[in-house]
Amino acid sequence: MSDLTLETSVAKVPEAAPRSPPASQIGLVGWLRANLFSSWLNSAVTLLVAYLVIRWIIGFVEWGIVNAVWSVPDNQTQACRDLKGIGACWAVVTEKHRFILFGTYPYEEHWRPALCILLFIGLYVVSAMRRFWRKELALVWVVVLAAIGVLMWGGVLGLSYVPQERWGGLVITLILATFGLAFAFPLAILVALGRRSKLPAIKAICVLYVELIRGVPLISLLFMASVMFPLFLPEGMNIDKLLRAQIAIILFAGAYLAEVVRGGLQALSKGQYEAADALGLSYWQKTGLIILPQALRLVIPPLVNTFIGFFKDTSLVLIIGIFDLLTAGKTAIIEPAWQGFGVEVYLTVGAIYFVFCFAMSKYSQRLEAEFNRHRRR
Amino acid sequence: MSETLEHIASAARADAPPAIVLDKVNKWFGTMHVLRDVSLTVATGERVVICGPSGSGKSTTIRCINRLEAHQEGRILVNGIELTDDVKALDDIRREVGMVFQSFNLFPHLTILENCTLAPIWVRRMPKKEAEALAMEYLNRVRIPEQANKYPGQLSGGQQQRVAIARALCMKPRIMLFDEPTSALDPEMIKEVLDTMVGLAETGMTMICVTHEMGFARKVADRVVFMDRGEVVEMGTPAQVFENPQTERLKTFLSQILRGH
Ligand SMILES: Nc1ncnc2c1ncn2[C@@H]1O[C@H](COP(=O)(O)OP(=O)(O)OP(=O)(O)O)[C@@H](O)[C@H]1O
Ligand SMILES: [Mg+2]
Repeated sequence: MSDLTLETSVAKVPEAAPRSPPASQIGLVGWLRANLFSSWLNSAVTLLVAYLVIRWIIGFVEWGIVNAVWSVPDNQTQACRDLKGIGACWAVVTEKHRFILFGTYPYEEHWRPALCILLFIGLYVVSAMRRFWRKELALVWVVVLAAIGVLMWGGVLGLSYVPQERWGGLVITLILATFGLAFAFPLAILVALGRRSKLPAIKAICVLYVELIRGVPLISLLFMASVMFPLFLPEGMNIDKLLRAQIAIILFAGAYLAEVVRGGLQALSKGQYEAADALGLSYWQKTGLIILPQALRLVIPPLVNTFIGFFKDTSLVLIIGIFDLLTAGKTAIIEPAWQGFGVEVYLTVGAIYFVFCFAMSKYSQRLEAEFNRHRRR
Repeated sequence: MSETLEHIASAARADAPPAIVLDKVNKWFGTMHVLRDVSLTVATGERVVICGPSGSGKSTTIRCINRLEAHQEGRILVNGIELTDDVKALDDIRREVGMVFQSFNLFPHLTILENCTLAPIWVRRMPKKEAEALAMEYLNRVRIPEQANKYPGQLSGGQQQRVAIARALCMKPRIMLFDEPTSALDPEMIKEVLDTMVGLAETGMTMICVTHEMGFARKVADRVVFMDRGEVVEMGTPAQVFENPQTERLKTFLSQILRGH
């Protein structure tokens, strides 16, 4: 008998007919029972939380929709003030949305930053799709970023020139975040590789860079970039304020991302390096084809975490007087007529940040699942 | 004593130049002396099995041959090229020497086929189509062509190790190094890998294999090398080494191995 089973391969052993689990454990009812009402205490907590959530939702709907004022005739905010807080004054957003999105950019040219925002979003969407992950994508980035520069600055192709001081709003946030991460990420990879280099000089430089930058707050780095940096430049030479802030952000993000990438490099087994070496791959082939693809996959969650953090940290540029999304929102309610409607503006600005960050987070989860589908770990 | 045996072995194939020459190789890890005057000449087409207790320096010896470890004293020549810090020479040697590891070390993010075509495409600059045809040929040889589009994580250990062999063969090496290729495998998978290796030996490939599989050693080895504490202690045909051990150390080792099996 035992001989018989040995000879038939495992796959051919007849399987017991599959049975479905008891009805009480599947479906919505089963899930509810298992997770929300498994015990007396659990049921009580469930009901209490449900009550609070529903109360809050009803309150928010009343304030935000039922009692809300959506627009007012030219800056006459009396209708809003009459609400005495029982309804939202979305009129402030209706009125100021252009300012929040575009800052002090010349009004009749607003289509230019608007187009830039769409270009940015298009760039994100295209880059997110794996079927476009080819060499040409880098070219697309260069072209789109250049186009955004032309659109914002103007001065060519019949576009009027708009100095950088007048840029503002969402487009500034997207510029800082996108250029920031687009440059910081490759920098981070090089630094992470450098920290593992066998050459002491390269290793020392990379360690020094990471430790120095991580040791100071981003705010002080931005201050240095805006106040001290020009002092070191030769007389008469002046680098754009936005560019200086951008460089500070790149350096800062680079140091943090480098540590994340290094974590991924360390998680790879020595065997992967040795197998690549034994096949005769060169250092850069080994790094680009074997090591980085695996290391980066391992660190998608912390990587995206850092990305999200930096997307929001760009709002710190307000301290050196750059008009990003948050600063624009803050400035929008300085006008006496609109004072006191900060909640509505901040909710709106918060919602914009949230959409971008949530998209990143969701995307990273999907990417991770996709990468790990074939792997048993 | 080992000197004379070595002469016999190399005299038998005096017509062909030696594939590998280790000449009084010494290596230290920190202050630990792990290879002591290791000398070994392997003729082209010869199959050598290295055995010995754990920590005796078997892995280190064969890892020095493709410079995964650098030796500090003595000379190593592979196909007449001396291993030095010269990068060009190292590249030439690594193309000629395939290696199979105990833990397979397949690239988990690439499919089986991509694992096999990677080095031919990037190192040998072979067109992709050609590399794929070559890879399929070797996957056929190791009898797993149907797995070509799976990922390593979806294969059994024995299948992974056979892929690892195919991957190394795709570089058309003249020498193959095996470091305990079966010791991470379940018993029922050991045979499939050993069969693959026997098949490879029959093609006349120069092989150095660290293994404790005595059956395999008897069947294919031209010579068995016994190492202990960083030294080559005995060397000879499988019959000489296994049936007629000269030293106490080898006798102890053999009795332990036999008890283990
Ligand atoms: N990278 C390393 N750093 C420090 N010591 C090492 C290193 N690799 C090996 N050693 C030491 O060198 C000695 C020889 O190791 P080696 O791996 O060559 O032995 P082995 O004969 O292959 O043993 P095993 O049968 O356990 O694989 C051992 O004492 C080991 O601890
Ligand atoms: Mg070993």
